Parts: sequence; structure tokens; C-alpha cells
Amino acid sequence: MPALDVVIAHFNHWITVVLMVAGLYVVVARGNMVKKLVGLGVFQTSVYLLYISPGKIFGGTAPIIDPRFTVYSNPLPHVLILTAIVVGVATLALGLALVVRINEAYGSIEEDEIFGKPDEDGDGGGESSGVGSR
Amino acid sequence: MTAHLPALQVVVPLVAALLCALLRRSALAWGLTLAASWATAAMAALLLLRVLAEGTISYHIGSWEPPWGIEYRIDVLNGLVLLLVAAVGAAIAPYARRSVAAEIAEEKQVWFYTMYLLCLTGLLGIVITGDAFNVFVFMEISSLATYVLIALGRDRRALLSAYQYLIMGTIGATFYVIGIGFLYTMTGTLNIADMAARIGEVQSTRTVLAGTAFLTVGICLKLALFPLHVWLPNAYAYAPSVATAFLAATATKVAIYLLIRIYFSIFGAAFAFEALPITEVFVVLSLAAILGASTVAAFQRNVKRMLAYSSVGQIGYITLGIGLASQLGLTGGIVHIVNHALMKGALFLAMGAVAYRIGSVRLDDMAGIGRRMPLTMASFVVAGLSLIGSPGTVGFVSKWYLALAALERGWWWLVAAILLGSVIALVYIGRVVEAAYFRAPAAAAATATEAPLSLLVPTWVLTAACVWFGIDTELTVGIAARAAAFLLGAGP
Repeated sequence: MPALDVVIAHFNHWITVVLMVAGLYVVVARGNMVKKLVGLGVFQTSVYLLYISPGKIFGGTAPIIDPRFTVYSNPLPHVLILTAIVVGVATLALGLALVVRINEAYGSIEEDEIFGKPDEDGDGGGESSGVGSR
Repeated sequence: MTAHLPALQVVVPLVAALLCALLRRSALAWGLTLAASWATAAMAALLLLRVLAEGTISYHIGSWEPPWGIEYRIDVLNGLVLLLVAAVGAAIAPYARRSVAAEIAEEKQVWFYTMYLLCLTGLLGIVITGDAFNVFVFMEISSLATYVLIALGRDRRALLSAYQYLIMGTIGATFYVIGIGFLYTMTGTLNIADMAARIGEVQSTRTVLAGTAFLTVGICLKLALFPLHVWLPNAYAYAPSVATAFLAATATKVAIYLLIRIYFSIFGAAFAFEALPITEVFVVLSLAAILGASTVAAFQRNVKRMLAYSSVGQIGYITLGIGLASQLGLTGGIVHIVNHALMKGALFLAMGAVAYRIGSVRLDDMAGIGRRMPLTMASFVVAGLSLIGSPGTVGFVSKWYLALAALERGWWWLVAAILLGSVIALVYIGRVVEAAYFRAPAAAAATATEAPLSLLVPTWVLTAACVWFGIDTELTVGIAARAAAFLLGAGP
């Protein structure tokens, strides 16, 4: 069953792709602002996996220099992703803070309800801005 | 000391931002912002002079040799963009005091200055660094600060705009990381120069092609290339005036710089534009931006939104230059990065002065404002003429080079489209001029007086620069041409 072998050999990539697409789909398809942020979080998490999994080398040890070992896993992706995780946390925190403020200002966090009644001065900001997030 | 200028360029605004947050007094925070942004501009000028005299500067952070350590690498192209970002930041800083005091609650002003400096740090960092992942870190520093700056706007729709920009900006930045991740797995390096040296062998693999696609889409989201621009008009319309002027002049320009860097420095013009259909994609999308977004601008009633749509159109001119990928086209694109920053900065500052006096930038409220605020509106007219591209202003210079680049390929229809874009700009700028000068004063405008000097001087500095660099093109076009030659692999 060569097809199954391909699937199993690239198991990590399949998970990455599923998470990536699922996260992005939630961001696009959901109107609830908190759910959108959850989707964004899943989307970003898939990238962590994308970076970390090629760093693992079969038979490699932790990258600590010792005469008994010659093959080490690559530590750089971990360092990069540590940074990316911090960025992800900051983005999520800021996004949730904005949602709290939006809830205070509009009394709702559902995009349908907020864009359903645009502000009265007729700039068109409320309505057309809805397009961007669909 | 001068040996460490590249590091200080980023460290000074970063430390000043932290100090601002600790000061808790808005007047002190503003003073510090002013000092830091002027120091940053002076350092950027020194760096550019050194690059012009001695060639590329390579600075190793913490003395770690590249490609292991992070390298700051300054050549003609990013020297110019660095100076542009720092100089616009320095020109806007004196303006900020009064405008911010009028538009933002007292207890939040300190946070405005903190975010302003953090945003400046991030933008300078993206430009100066020679490490692809470091770019992402700085991109997020500047983006997160930008979301807060936009959310500080008075209107409650500022919150929605900030949220939408946060979603789209994060998708863009994540696409960028995915793209860099693909390139990293294929080349094993993150240093841009090192990546460029190693990418030749793996250039045509599917992984690199997918990475190129992710990088292109991600960065185009950030630079608001049509049709990925939808976050921009609301973000610019509802952000505080100072933030709008600063972001319009710098943020998208830095993203464009990044795109140029990746196409020309990593992949090289031969691969990006001959093996891939990037010219076709960019010319079509740029034309859609120049004609489509400009037309939408002509129907806006809020002048800040109008100028925001006009920004999408003007970005089209820059990406057009990149898409043409010839010496002339690239020169036109790079010089338009500078020119558009100058004129959009001046236009948004003039609108900030109007908002300061009458509390609105809607066309109906601005009727008759030209007689009440003659200096402010004169600046709007001059910068507006530049946007249209009338001779004697910077707008003419960049469009001239773009038209020459189109002719070089024999694309007459493209020249016609560039001119048509100018005509549409004439329509929307004309609408503002008509309202401001030829209509009976509206209630809001009737009692307005001229804006204070601290708002007028920065506005006129940028406006004067629009005229100065429209006549004396030695500096801008000279450096842009050198940068274009450098990128195409011909020059030093």
C-alpha cells in the first residue's frame, strides 16, 4: 500500500496542513469575534509544528556536545518558535482586549449584528468594512 | 560609537518607548518621543551617507558571525528607506503634541507615544535587519503597536478597524513565516545574503515555489496590494490623525521594501520575473488598484477615507514599478516609495489640522474651509497636485519614470492607464478643493481659525519636500537609480 506509506511517512505534515486550513477556515467562516481569534490561534499553532518537525532528526540527541554522540537534533527551530509563541500570545491577548472594548462600545461581538446597523453619519465605514473579514 | 550606529538605530526608539511607558506624564513622554525620533533620523542620515561613501555596511549583533548570528545589513536601498521612515517620524513628532492632546484622553496619551515609538522601532528593524526571521519579529512589534494606535481613535469604529486589521495583519505575518519556513527547510539558513547564495540549487523545487507564493501573499496583505487592501481604508479613516499620517507614510512602504528585498535580493530578478509570471500578476493587480481604488476614492465623503483609498491606488504605482522589473521601472517604483510617503504624509497632516480645528474631515463640514484655514488648505492643494502628478512636484517624477519604463517595453496602453490614474486623482482632489474654496462655509467651518504653528510647520515641511524633490531630483532619483542597479545586479 504505497499510498498509505506516503500518508504515514508525512504524518507531521498532514497534521500541520489540517490545522492550518481548519484554523484559517474558522477565521473566515465565523462571525463571532472570539471564535475568529480561536481560529487564528489554531492557524498560528500549525506553523509551530511546520517549523519544529523538520528539526527532529531520527537517532539524534538533544544538542548537547558530548563525545559519545555525533548526531544532534537541530535546536534552531525551537528557538524561533519560542519567539513565535510569544508573538502569538501577545496577538491573542491584544485581540481579546479589543473584543472586550468592542463589546462595551457595541453591546455585541457578532459581526452580523454590528455591521447590520452601520453608524449614522453615512461614511459607509461600517458596511463596507464587513467585506474584509468574510 | 559610530561603529554601533546600526544597533542604536533600533535600540534608541525601543528604550525610549519603554521609558515613555514609565514616565506616566504626557508632556514628558512627548519630549522624549521628539528627542528619540530626531536622534533616530540623524543616525539614519549618517548611515545613508556612510553607505553612499563606503558601500554596504554589515553589523554583527553581539559580534556573532553571520550566518549564525543576526546581521544588520545596510545597502543603498534600505539606507534610503531607513532615512525615509526615520525622517517622517521626526517630522511628525513635533505635530503630535497638540493633535494628540485634542484627540486622545489625557490618561491614554502616554500609551500613544509608547506605541508610536514601538511602531517606529519595528519598522526600522524590518528595514535594517539582514535576517529573515528577525524581520518577522520586528513586523509583529510594529503591527501590534499599529493595532493599538488605530484603536486609540475617537470613533468606536476605530475598534472594529483595529480588530479587522489584527486578523488580516496576523494572517499576513503568519503567511510570511510559513514562506520563510519553507525557504529555511530548503536552504538551512535564515540570513538573507546567505539564503541568496544557497537558493540557486533548490530554486525550482516545489517547496521553494510554495514558499514564494506564501511570501508574496503574506507581504501583499501587509502592503495592501489590491485586492488585499480591505483592512486599510477603515484603519486609516478612524485612527488618530497623527497615527494615520505616520502609518500612511511609512508602514506600507516598509512592506513594499520587504517585497523588493525578497524578490531581488533572495530570488534574484531572473528567477522571480522570468521563471514565474510575477510581472503579469503585478501589472494586472496594480492597474486594478490604480484605476479601481482611485475611482472608489472619488466617491468618498470622508476625506481621510478618500485619501486612504487613494493610498491603495498609489501603492499600485509602486508595485507596477516592481512588476516591470527593469532599471527604469524599479527606479520609478523606489522613488515613488519616497514621494508617496512625502505627499501622503503632508495630506494627512493637513487633514489632521482641519480635524483639530473643526473636529471633522467630512466634505460637507469642510465647505468653505479654504478661506478660514488658508495655509493648511494651500498645503493640501500643493500636496494634492503632487498626488495628481503635475510637473514641478514629486508625483510627476515617479510617474515619468514609470511611463518611460512602460514605453521601453512598448506598452502604450500602460502609459494611458498611468495618465488615466492621474485624471481620477484630479477628480477626487478636485472635489476637496471645490468644497473647501467654492462653497458657502458650513457651520463647523465658519468660525474656524488657522491651525497653530506646531501643526502648520510639520505639514509645510513635508509639503515643501514634495516640491523640492520634484525639482531637485538628484538625491531621490539618484539614490533610487543606484538602488535599482544594485538590485538588478549591475551596479556596485
